[in-house]
Amino acid sequence: MELLALLAFPVLGAAVLAVVGARRWAPEVNVGFSAATFAAACALTSRVIGDGSFTAFGEQFFIDAFNVFLVTLTAFVSLTTSLFSRPYMRIESEHGRVRPQHLRLYHSMYQLFIAAMLLALTSNNMGMLWVAMEAATLSTVLLVTLYRTPASLEAGWKYFILCSVGIAQALFGTILLYFAAERVLGGSGMTALLWTNLNEVKGQLEPEVLTLAFVFLLVGYGTKVGLAPLHNWLPDAHAEGPTPISAVLSGLLLNVAIYAVVRCKVLVEGSLQSELPSRMLMAFGLLSVVLAALFLWRQKDVKRLFAYSSIEHMGIITFAFGMGGAVANFAALLHMTVHSLTKSAIFYSVGHAAQKTGTQTIDDIRGLVTVSPTVGWGLMMGTLAILGMPPFGVFASEFLILTTAMRQEPWSTPILLLALGIAFAAVFRRVQPMVFGETTAKRLPHSPALLPVFAHLALVLLLGVSIPPYLADWYRMAAELISGQ
Amino acid sequence: MSDLSLDLQILNAIAALFLLLAFGMLSQRRVVTLVKLLAVQAALLCAATLLLAWRTGETHLYLSALLTLVLKVLFLPWLLNRLIKRLGVYWDSEPLLQISGTMLIGVLLVIFSFGLAQPIVALASTATRSGIGIAIAVVLLSFLTMITRRKAMSQVVGFLSMENGLFFGAMSATYGMPMIVELGVALDVLVAMLVLGVFFFQIREQFDSLDLHHLESLREDR
Repeated sequence: MELLALLAFPVLGAAVLAVVGARRWAPEVNVGFSAATFAAACALTSRVIGDGSFTAFGEQFFIDAFNVFLVTLTAFVSLTTSLFSRPYMRIESEHGRVRPQHLRLYHSMYQLFIAAMLLALTSNNMGMLWVAMEAATLSTVLLVTLYRTPASLEAGWKYFILCSVGIAQALFGTILLYFAAERVLGGSGMTALLWTNLNEVKGQLEPEVLTLAFVFLLVGYGTKVGLAPLHNWLPDAHAEGPTPISAVLSGLLLNVAIYAVVRCKVLVEGSLQSELPSRMLMAFGLLSVVLAALFLWRQKDVKRLFAYSSIEHMGIITFAFGMGGAVANFAALLHMTVHSLTKSAIFYSVGHAAQKTGTQTIDDIRGLVTVSPTVGWGLMMGTLAILGMPPFGVFASEFLILTTAMRQEPWSTPILLLALGIAFAAVFRRVQPMVFGETTAKRLPHSPALLPVFAHLALVLLLGVSIPPYLADWYRMAAELISGQ
Repeated sequence: MSDLSLDLQILNAIAALFLLLAFGMLSQRRVVTLVKLLAVQAALLCAATLLLAWRTGETHLYLSALLTLVLKVLFLPWLLNRLIKRLGVYWDSEPLLQISGTMLIGVLLVIFSFGLAQPIVALASTATRSGIGIAIAVVLLSFLTMITRRKAMSQVVGFLSMENGLFFGAMSATYGMPMIVELGVALDVLVAMLVLGVFFFQIREQFDSLDLHHLESLREDR
């Protein structure tokens, strides 16, 4: 019931918003549907906490501790983003950057995008997971090109073609998975691709086929995660789309893609009984961290800067899942949460800052703290949080990942530490003058409403200082599920 | 080959033609012809699925064949042709590589694909398992088509041909994917093409052309 509501609200929202169009109260309707989705997600969560994991609708859907936490996170961030988008997009359309009739597309697609991500998270069928991931890409392509500038069209085209080709590889991986599963589970098409069934028989799946399948699945979904060297679409799509879309792409879509990779990894690892999937994840993860850290130095556009920082963090998470084990998985899940919250908060502040100054170029944004203290401090605190300064949550998860790396994969620790150091210096030296630099601009009469920014940062702070016990239990449960214990 | 039944021989002939068409696309510069080749390729896929459905008696294969017929043989080529006419893109510009060179790489890719398919073919129990190598080859050749073209339209045709190759692979290895997945994939392809249709008009409105070299300004040092 909760599940049906969870999936129905955003779909319904998309339909209603397509009808509402560009009326003045469309943003409010958008917020309303996001709030309803979040309420359904909360109800679903309380049910999972009470009754444990369950399947629904002929086993086509499956909820466990791992995906329900991502469902809640997705619903929460999509709610706060819709709150942020309300004044933001209004100002954008007043500035004439977006035509009113395009707002219909924007709101409708926003809800469809959320629906696609929730479907990807809750589906038990590996084939449907693929379908939902592709739907999530398609629903955002036209959002990236919303401003119709040459740069945004280029970004949209890159996003479309790279992700489609990438995800075609994942389809081939899924076919191979089905091929291996059919030999064990029999040919009844509806059940052989269900993750729960596959998980039960993973020991009997043909290792050779699954190795091949995993390579394709990792490359396919890895493209969507933004793992180097398949990351080319990510900075462009983040930089050229409207800021609320950057926030949900970075904060939510990347998480969902990682979720798909991890689900596949659990199956393949169970079949192979070897280190290969772990090694591959670690290699891709480490490469992404290092490359992103180096690219961070060259960025001149503030949204691109933080897009590269997303690649870096996705690398860290992938690396942690690659190490495996209860602690590393716990840390990776925590990192997914705090990255999602912090990065979307940063994009909200960056969005406001760019809107006030009318540019995304770092050199042209100066002295935010004088112009608008809330935006300035929001950006500064968000940056410190994402760079892993204590007492924010990112510090806790990065610390856990690093100490586990020292114990399990000592060779990787210096590389990780160096990359994190480089990234710190690269980002901080850019953001510091943006916030504290000298400016001739006058202080704004009204400070923008930044409730979502500070709500997110407060949560990240809370997760850094002390994780509430029930939440910790929940992460632990999910981490154990992934470790297959 | 004499011990093969007639329907299997036909299936193998279709598979061979399927591969040949992928090479045809690789060398073709006229966008209109490219779309025609794509439609023929989809028709071959449809015929193979029908034959297989008749052979195995599985109903979902009939549905899958119908879906291929309606969506990929009739609707998508129609949509692409309409786009070509309205946007006026009939020719692709010089490919990034010489055609002969691309063909040579293509041959190497086919050899590689058959090597890659070997372990899967050894495990498969379907009568059509020899098609798996061909499917992988078509996927890789389509990929090659995509990366050697400049025009957005040719790249899209490459992408759709890749999708056809994947379906052919699924058919050869497992007699198709579960119905719900096939429906979902078909829906995604359909939506993707509609999104592209909108997208093409946006690109042309902005640049007066569908040449992708306009879309190369987002460099790292920008």
